[in-house]
Amino acid sequence: MANFGDWLNKRFPLRELMREHLTEYFAPKNFNFLYYTGSLLLLMIVMQFITGFLLMAHYVPTGPEAFNSVQGIMYDTRWGWLIRYMHVDGVSLIFVLLYLHIGRGMLYGSYRKPRELLWIVGYTIYILMMGEAFLGYVLPFGNLSYWAGQVITSIIQALPAVGPALAVLARGGAGIGTATLERFLALHAVLWFWIIAAAIFIHILALHQVGSNNPDGIEIKENKGADGHPVDGIPFHPYYTVKDIFGVGVWLTIFAAVIFYAPTMHGVFLERTTFSPANPMVSLPDVTPPWYLAPFYAMLRAIPNKDGGIFLMILAVVLPFFLPWLDRSPVKSSRYRPVYRAMILLLAVTFFTLAWVGEQPPLPKYFLLERGGAAIYVGFYLLLPIISRWEPTRKVPERVTS
Amino acid sequence: MSMIKKWGVLAVLVAGMAGVTVRANADTLLSPPSGYFNKPAVIAGAKLFAKHCSTCHAVSSLRYERLASDLGMSKASIEKDVMLPNGANYRMGMEPAMTQAEAKKWFGLPPPDLSHMVRALGVRFIYSYLQSFYWDPNRPSGWNNHLFPKVAMPNVLQPWSGIVAKNGQVMQPGRVTPAVFHQRVADIVAFLRYASDPSVFIRHKLGPYVLGLLVAFSLIAYWLKKEYWKDVHDNPSKRKK
Ligand code: HEC
Ligand code: HEM
Repeated sequence: MANFGDWLNKRFPLRELMREHLTEYFAPKNFNFLYYTGSLLLLMIVMQFITGFLLMAHYVPTGPEAFNSVQGIMYDTRWGWLIRYMHVDGVSLIFVLLYLHIGRGMLYGSYRKPRELLWIVGYTIYILMMGEAFLGYVLPFGNLSYWAGQVITSIIQALPAVGPALAVLARGGAGIGTATLERFLALHAVLWFWIIAAAIFIHILALHQVGSNNPDGIEIKENKGADGHPVDGIPFHPYYTVKDIFGVGVWLTIFAAVIFYAPTMHGVFLERTTFSPANPMVSLPDVTPPWYLAPFYAMLRAIPNKDGGIFLMILAVVLPFFLPWLDRSPVKSSRYRPVYRAMILLLAVTFFTLAWVGEQPPLPKYFLLERGGAAIYVGFYLLLPIISRWEPTRKVPERVTS
Repeated sequence: MSMIKKWGVLAVLVAGMAGVTVRANADTLLSPPSGYFNKPAVIAGAKLFAKHCSTCHAVSSLRYERLASDLGMSKASIEKDVMLPNGANYRMGMEPAMTQAEAKKWFGLPPPDLSHMVRALGVRFIYSYLQSFYWDPNRPSGWNNHLFPKVAMPNVLQPWSGIVAKNGQVMQPGRVTPAVFHQRVADIVAFLRYASDPSVFIRHKLGPYVLGLLVAFSLIAYWLKKEYWKDVHDNPSKRKK
């Protein structure tokens, strides 16, 4: 066995990789529950890949058959319901994790130097995930899928100059049909998915280059012991591997509870209008996106003018990219920045309020919420450079707290 | 950050999520009685459905044989009580007696396939819809519906519900008591709910085992983590390398 190990390591840097990324990769010892989200996201992405592969074995990407083939998976394929619920509910749960993961980064200033690139790569993954979710959303070809496809491609169409040509390219023709499903499937399962996988790989390499931040926002690498290791660091393996295994257990329990007892989550994870087949003749009273995209949709609606709405929506999606440079405070973690912490909490509440209102029919009574929400959301990013300069900070301790 | 504040953050986030989950339900739909959904009710509902609804409606996604494997009905009972004598195939989906073309001639439009209707409209809507028919001489069928104005479907449950005027006045009482009427409608809705997601009984049967296993796994993992982390908390200098 030892011989085989030697043989292998002469030809492949297995031992080196293990050392560099696990046994001698030092992570702060004060991670809290929000630090489970990264490993859980990895787990969920792998599960989406496996369940997606199995779904594809029975899915037919054509206009007349797509809906029926998905129902065939639900009704006639052994364990088909389990696979499909895992895949569909997996999406919503991934976005729950993504929001916790991103929120964690904001709470503890993890986007700040030296983690700007890590943040940008991460946020790029989030945007790619929105695209991936949309592509998948159209595939079961329920009526909502059809109309969501219409709405999004019409947004593409509204882009200046390249819009109309791009929309035809996206749909594979003038309307949503078999050609659309075929190319969406190819994108969803192959190209787009693997771009995300590659981005995740880069994300983790970038993380290991700079090392993890922590809830105190202290750089553990700046305080090393005689052995050359950070005094507040512990080797990722075995400490965080066993801890993450516990996280996986708890998370899978939640996941299973959803699948076995509330697979549609009362129409939030699997919407009602996805249960009637696509029908160009039956338009839906309100085509609302799934909850995880709804905040941006609410901002789109906050401006009655179509181009203005699209501009605001794109602005809202893009702003977080600039966070590393918008924040000017000398302190990272919101633990030692009471004003910043209040702002983050307000932003979180606003974001989920926008998600709620984005799911409501477009009634005038919601305008105020949509506009107020959009103003707070954009205001957070625009005011941060000013507020973070003068906001009071508490003294950051020398060592991490536990 | 203190523990309390940390959980405050979490609570706000969770409340935000819950806000998304619980949608405003300002309508006044009726709900079937709690506990209406169980295997005997679904079986009763399947039989009522075959008798009163299968003339017009398909449940094409649900094969008859599922009633045996999911609900434990015998093949003989399915053939006698559920399958129509129109050449229905035990291994195929539930088909209506009437062809689409006939239905179109009679009602102006084909009655919809009810396979996914509960998921599309909700249990409460269908439960209420079936009890909201009223007599309207201006309609071709003589029937109208509070929840679905100008509906093309006649009140096929008239023998149970009787004839009710728009203002709620009973013009002719039903042949069964209102309680029995509600009960039967609830059974039909139970059947349609099952038909829209036949995995429901398997899920509810397996659920406790799967969750139990995962909770046990989590407990063991927690204990393991505690063991490993002892040296981190007790004596940082003696940690494993
Ligand atoms: C005589 C034929 C006929 C029978 C029998 C019949 N229906 Fe219908 N049903 C229709 C037609 C036609 C429609 C379409 C109504 C419309 O779109 O105007 C319909 C529509 C429906 C709808 C959809 C309502 C909506 O809001 O879209 C439901 C649910 C329904 N029927 C349930 C039942 C149930 C349950 C039974 C058995 C108790 C039944 N139907 C018996 C003809 C029938
Ligand atoms: C599927 C998508 C993603 C996967 C699989 C993933 C994976 C990971 C992993 C494994 C870690 C280390 C463990 C942890 O700190 O939780 C991590 C850290 C991090 N991720 Fe992600 N991530 C994803 C998306 C994102 C997104 C969308 C962002 C930001 C917008 C982001 C920003 C960060 C940051 C800033 C860190 C370091 C946090 C810290 O050290 O405090 N990631 N990610």
